[in-house]
Amino acid sequence: MTVLQKKDVNPIEHLAPEDVELIGKELDEIRQGVIDTRGEADARYIRRVIDVHRKIELGSRAVLLASGFPPAWVLGTIGLSVAKILENMEIGHNILHGQWDWMRDPKIHSTTWEWDMASPAEQWKHSHNELHHTYTNVVGKDNDLGYGIMRVDEDQPWQPWHLGQPLWSFVNACFFEYGIAAYDLELAGNLATKERRSNPQFRADARAVLRKIGRQVRKDYLVHPLLSGPNFLSTLAANFVANLVRNLWSNSVILCGHFPEGVETFEKKSIDGETRGEWYLRQMLGSANISGSAAMHVMTGNLSHQIEHHLFPDLPSNRYAQIAPKIRDLFDRYGLNYHTAPLPKQVASAWHKIIRLSLPNGWLEKTNRRNLPSQLVTLYRVTTGKPKVRRRLLKEMAAA
Amino acid sequence: MTPGNIEDMTATVPRPSPVRPALSALRDRAWRLAELVTTPLLPADYLDMVSPLRAGADLRGRIVAVQPETRDAATLVIRPGADWQRHVPGQWVRIGVDVDGVRMWRAYSLTSQLDRPDGCISITVKAIPGGKVSNHLVHRTTPGTLVHLDQAAGEFVLPSPLPAKALFVTAGSGITPVMGILRNYPELSDSRADTVVVHSAPTADDVVFGSELRVLAADGRIRLVEQHTDTAGLLDPAGLAALVPDLAERATWACGPVGLLEALEEHWAAAGIADRLFTERFRPTVVVAGEGGTVTFTGTGTTLEADGATPILDAAESAGVLVPSGCRMGICYGCVLPLREGAVRDLRTGEVTTAVPGDGVLVQTCISAAAGACSIDH
Repeated sequence: MTVLQKKDVNPIEHLAPEDVELIGKELDEIRQGVIDTRGEADARYIRRVIDVHRKIELGSRAVLLASGFPPAWVLGTIGLSVAKILENMEIGHNILHGQWDWMRDPKIHSTTWEWDMASPAEQWKHSHNELHHTYTNVVGKDNDLGYGIMRVDEDQPWQPWHLGQPLWSFVNACFFEYGIAAYDLELAGNLATKERRSNPQFRADARAVLRKIGRQVRKDYLVHPLLSGPNFLSTLAANFVANLVRNLWSNSVILCGHFPEGVETFEKKSIDGETRGEWYLRQMLGSANISGSAAMHVMTGNLSHQIEHHLFPDLPSNRYAQIAPKIRDLFDRYGLNYHTAPLPKQVASAWHKIIRLSLPNGWLEKTNRRNLPSQLVTLYRVTTGKPKVRRRLLKEMAAA
Repeated sequence: MTPGNIEDMTATVPRPSPVRPALSALRDRAWRLAELVTTPLLPADYLDMVSPLRAGADLRGRIVAVQPETRDAATLVIRPGADWQRHVPGQWVRIGVDVDGVRMWRAYSLTSQLDRPDGCISITVKAIPGGKVSNHLVHRTTPGTLVHLDQAAGEFVLPSPLPAKALFVTAGSGITPVMGILRNYPELSDSRADTVVVHSAPTADDVVFGSELRVLAADGRIRLVEQHTDTAGLLDPAGLAALVPDLAERATWACGPVGLLEALEEHWAAAGIADRLFTERFRPTVVVAGEGGTVTFTGTGTTLEADGATPILDAAESAGVLVPSGCRMGICYGCVLPLREGAVRDLRTGEVTTAVPGDGVLVQTCISAAAGACSIDH
């Protein structure tokens, strides 16, 4: 995709500034409607999810004490994977957003919660809540656009090393929690210069991450395997698989939120003096939903309602499904595209984009069986050519 | 109650014997091992699922009975957690209860007898019109509900030795700490005692513990004067002096609305016997929301004036106070700080949040403006 401002057909051209402010007003009213009715039933919901998670986790860990017995290994691994997914998605992510702060329960609060994840809650809240949710899909400001390791927008300049991005995107998906930790730490940038490496804040943050990773690794790969005695290795393997499943799952859900084809991105200068209505509009166009069952919504932490979540990141997640029809109606009335599709389709679309943009703009679109050899030659030249040659070739490819 | 109180109380616990440190060191080690197993949760998070009242847990209680006292008052019998320390009659306890899903804390006088065989304590709550927590506790609480507790606190207690001649002046729910005292000091109502209770309530039916008090009076163990304000008007110091001619000779404990207590304090001071009057304000602070106000940062001691349209975050920054900040639009929760007391208004919704010390309410400073004087812990 191209930043919305440079598109030939601008999907919001038909909206007058007054329309945008009216959209904002309607959304404020929807938000208020939820806040006015937020209460005991919602509190019961999150407490029940937390309770269910703890029971599944305890049960699975108990079953895995006998992980040498294959059925126990399978059952325990499935249970633990489900528990870890619930814990990260519907519980951790949403509590850390402050969705449940209104309950004033110090045990279920964004300022006290810690989650089963390599990145410490405090650091994740900064990079996610503050940067990503404020600057959603603004190229150059929202680092979630590719996490600094992927090219997910035409307007991010292509470099030869992007050819490898399908591979390391997959590796990143497998070890997603560590990728997130490195990303929250802005590891690449902070390691780049001596000055930044020795910045006391960075060093303190890095120590906090290492401590957190230490505790996490010790739990899953030492303490619980030791508790299973002779089944040490099989429990270790089970825990590894559960973490892998959780990582792949949460990576997939997150790819679906902003990367499927057709989700809009925005120019940096387009958000100067942005009104509340314009901010809302950017969230509407910059997010994509996953359609599916109630179970799917819970397992994605209701990020299947990514659009609703980005409009109201601090409303309780159990309410997104309830307001979704109203939001969709608003999209329809204002002629906007409510981007939603089943999980496999969104995942495929996101991966298609990762592969497409690992190649120079226009390359994949123009390649067919007949011209493949000549296209490969061009790709070789653009990859190995000097910067000047590369720039010329990239321009030609994009234009043709 | 402030954390200071808790520390004061634990400071009075006798020193452990030499065997104890070894045991507790062992227990600490076991606990740290358990933490390795449960991280990032704590072992307590799991133990709370099955045993929320165990020793070492955050102090909680389970409501075992709700006994109606009058049409708008009820006694809640609570089984407190194992770490509950014996209270002194006349003291109150802060109780945290979830009302419409929101944890709210209020203080209520303890009315139970010490060392009940069942180990329970009780508080007596009068529902005040519009009172969220009191109405919830009186009318909508069911046995089995888990509540959160602090240790008992309060200075409204009797000296030792007990006064030979005591006067208790109470109005409305002000009778509750006095009932807590009368039930625990039989000496106050035995044949040699000279105890007067003057109680004011709208009608005879509104007298909390009416029948118990009247039995004590009928047996000649206390002198009870009921002032029914629907017919006899409000109680004032002059009327009280007429009802209890020898009040200057008595040690007096008074509990009731602020207006009554202030009138009594003036009267006692004028008579030069202010040291013989002990009062308990059971609703010490009423937060009234306005537009803008003085914002105090308790940590730095900075005070600033903020209008009703300026986010506290902006006001603090212009005054040079370094406060946490984030998105500045109310979505990231990077700027939350504890509102110790006072009122703030959500600039997006107009919703007012109030707090009194101990509530521990966190507010987003980037979208909250002062709605009256408020102090923020930072």
